Amino acid sequence: MLYREAGQFKTTYAADQQLFPIRQDRIGLLLLLAVAFVGVPVLASEYWFSAILIPFLIFSLAALGLNILTGYAGQLSLGTAAFMAVGAYAAYNFQLRVEGIPILVSFICAGLTAAAVGILFGLPSLRIKGFYLAVATLAAQFFIVWCLTKFPWLSNHSSSGVISAQDIVIMGFNFDTPVSKYLLVLAIVSVMALAAKNLVRSSTGRAWMAVRDMDVAASVIGIKLMPTKLLAFAVSSFYCGVAGALYAFCYLGSVEPDGFSLDMSFKILFMIIIGGVGSILGCFLGAAFILLLPIFLDFTLPGVAELFGLPFSNATVSHIQILIFGALIMFFLIVEPHGLARLWQIAKEKLRLWPFPH
Amino acid sequence: MIKNFKPAVTAVAVSLAMLSQSAISAEQFFPIPSFRVGPYGANGQSFYGGFIDYLNYVNMKEKGVNGVQMTYEECETEYNTAKGIECYERLKSKAAQSAGPIHPMSTGISYALVDKSAQDKLPLTMMGYGRTDAVDGSVFPYAFPLVTTYQMQASAIIKFLKEKNGGSLAGKKIVYLYHDSAYGKEAIIALEAEASLNKFNLVQVPVAHPGNEQGAQWLKIRQERPDYVVFWGWGVMNQTALKAAQKVGFPRDKMIGSWWTGSEEDVVPAGEAAKGYMAATWNVSGKQVPVIADIEKVVYGAGKGNLQDASKIGTILYNRGVSAAVVSVEAIRKAQEKFGKGKPMNGTQVAWGLEHLDMTEARIKALGAANLLPEIKTSCSNHEGSGKVKIQQWDGNKWVPVTDWIEGNKALIHPLFQASAKQYAKEKGITPRDCSKEK
Repeated sequence: MLYREAGQFKTTYAADQQLFPIRQDRIGLLLLLAVAFVGVPVLASEYWFSAILIPFLIFSLAALGLNILTGYAGQLSLGTAAFMAVGAYAAYNFQLRVEGIPILVSFICAGLTAAAVGILFGLPSLRIKGFYLAVATLAAQFFIVWCLTKFPWLSNHSSSGVISAQDIVIMGFNFDTPVSKYLLVLAIVSVMALAAKNLVRSSTGRAWMAVRDMDVAASVIGIKLMPTKLLAFAVSSFYCGVAGALYAFCYLGSVEPDGFSLDMSFKILFMIIIGGVGSILGCFLGAAFILLLPIFLDFTLPGVAELFGLPFSNATVSHIQILIFGALIMFFLIVEPHGLARLWQIAKEKLRLWPFPH
Repeated sequence: MIKNFKPAVTAVAVSLAMLSQSAISAEQFFPIPSFRVGPYGANGQSFYGGFIDYLNYVNMKEKGVNGVQMTYEECETEYNTAKGIECYERLKSKAAQSAGPIHPMSTGISYALVDKSAQDKLPLTMMGYGRTDAVDGSVFPYAFPLVTTYQMQASAIIKFLKEKNGGSLAGKKIVYLYHDSAYGKEAIIALEAEASLNKFNLVQVPVAHPGNEQGAQWLKIRQERPDYVVFWGWGVMNQTALKAAQKVGFPRDKMIGSWWTGSEEDVVPAGEAAKGYMAATWNVSGKQVPVIADIEKVVYGAGKGNLQDASKIGTILYNRGVSAAVVSVEAIRKAQEKFGKGKPMNGTQVAWGLEHLDMTEARIKALGAANLLPEIKTSCSNHEGSGKVKIQQWDGNKWVPVTDWIEGNKALIHPLFQASAKQYAKEKGITPRDCSKEK
């Protein structure tokens, strides 16, 4: 009933082609943004900003980057965390070495640096596909982390290899509170997510999807494989690079190369698998699932245990939490292999037809 | 109706009674981001077991510090930085009124917390890990790399080797075999300074995480034929190195490890290969320390011990946890002397206490911790307070201290900290405190 479109007539091509063709979606998105920008800062506590919302947004952005590459262009990658590391270290170095550079320009430059590195490691994709490409991007994961440890110049000769992000000052305003950092991250992520949503339905996005579905057929209909694949690597790494810069500057504050481990790459890969491969919404749902569920379980399990009078220690709770988490991943993958975004899509279709399913 | 009503009234009355109870008896809250599961869970169980046992011991034996009971809440970090931050933020809200020193026991987490804890005015202690240039308290008012740091430890190890060689290391060759991470790299700067001072030849050999394959490294060591191997390992890397040393025939008694390579967990799995191996430590093992024996009697006697496996009492890491708690409680005692006895201390007050520790040998003995840890005297410009370690040797069954406390070369190492802290202050736009004006 909520989703009934009766009466929404599209009289212009522009109206028909807009990003969200259904009015309810538009209103819903505006409401969501209003809540995120106005409601949340008023209501949420510092714990929510620093421990939940900021990492959630940053990982959503990284998942978005990976999803562009894997979900839309069909190139499997295991180097996400490494591209984030490039972004983090590049932003730090731009801030450090270029006098008076605005922080947002640093973030963009960090993204561009990551894009350049991404193109470099995307070159093998012209020859190899699927799992073999995943192994090739694995090389990026190890090489970049090694490189950041090996050359002290990159961490400004810090004895430990750890970099400490500079202050974020934009137009004289210092983003040093959790709320302001959250708003900054939210603004960047919103803009980039909308850009991605637009990008994937443009001719570029359609070319990516054609390559994903069958690259021989795509080249037959006139899509040049090399630029298309490399562009996917570049855009994907750009997103990951910006996510990495935000990770260092707005979330942790100081990072070391080892922090961007293969585990993190896998975590982001799981996010898009659970959330939905080839879906923008899926990135956010996946990041929420992977990041927030363990915390939620951590909060609820001791209470549940007490209810049943079970003697749970902290360690037991952690073990059970991992157990339940694993079980839920399997449950969702069996129930809906296309991810949480697909579940939402099905629900929406049903709502649109309700109460007359046919 | 009334039947249902009655328990509700009782419940309200009971909870009210409990509320007033907690309002009367003062409590000192310890936020503890601990790890008991995950790859390093075994280490965390011993350390935090010792830490919590001592807090309970203080409560049971002395009714707290001047009547203030020690309370705590744990949060599982799994040695993971992101989880550590989540835990810190969660525990932070409960630590507004009273906060004991925070011991994250992880380099990654402590690095991420250095800025946050300063902003929140909560004392962050990094005993034997973490950001070592925080020794300079003028730049890091809330961070305390207490007792000793990697650099001072490396310097102390060199001093030990020097004494062993009749006062000179000139012309000797020392291999530095290290975990290729922030932890392993911290000591390089100190070793390089020592090498140019003492004219020995330093060869650096990194091992990539996790270090369960060291064939290439030990091949190189065999080619180099060093006089000593200074060893900075972590986790599974330690036993692997000992076994590899045995394989290439490098004498174990010429291998000296850092304090994270010198616990029972590191040498027992290596079996015979570990015999004769030496490591630095700032706390001794064993139950001969009075306070450890007393904890076993008082806390475990009452069935309130934190360890599930009581055989771990007296191991290196357990005693290390106790030593961390001893220092933390002492800081609270010190803070109470200034800010009011019998009151819970907030973060700023505890940080003051940590900055004014004066644990002389007599004081340590009075606490029952004689020989457990070295003398500590902190100040605004010295958040380390000691810089002393002992060298211990594994005899196949237990760790035996083979030296007295050895102090690293402070005149050489501390300027390095100050330079690094100064650079940090510049990058971050921090104006350092003037330590000469602090009392």
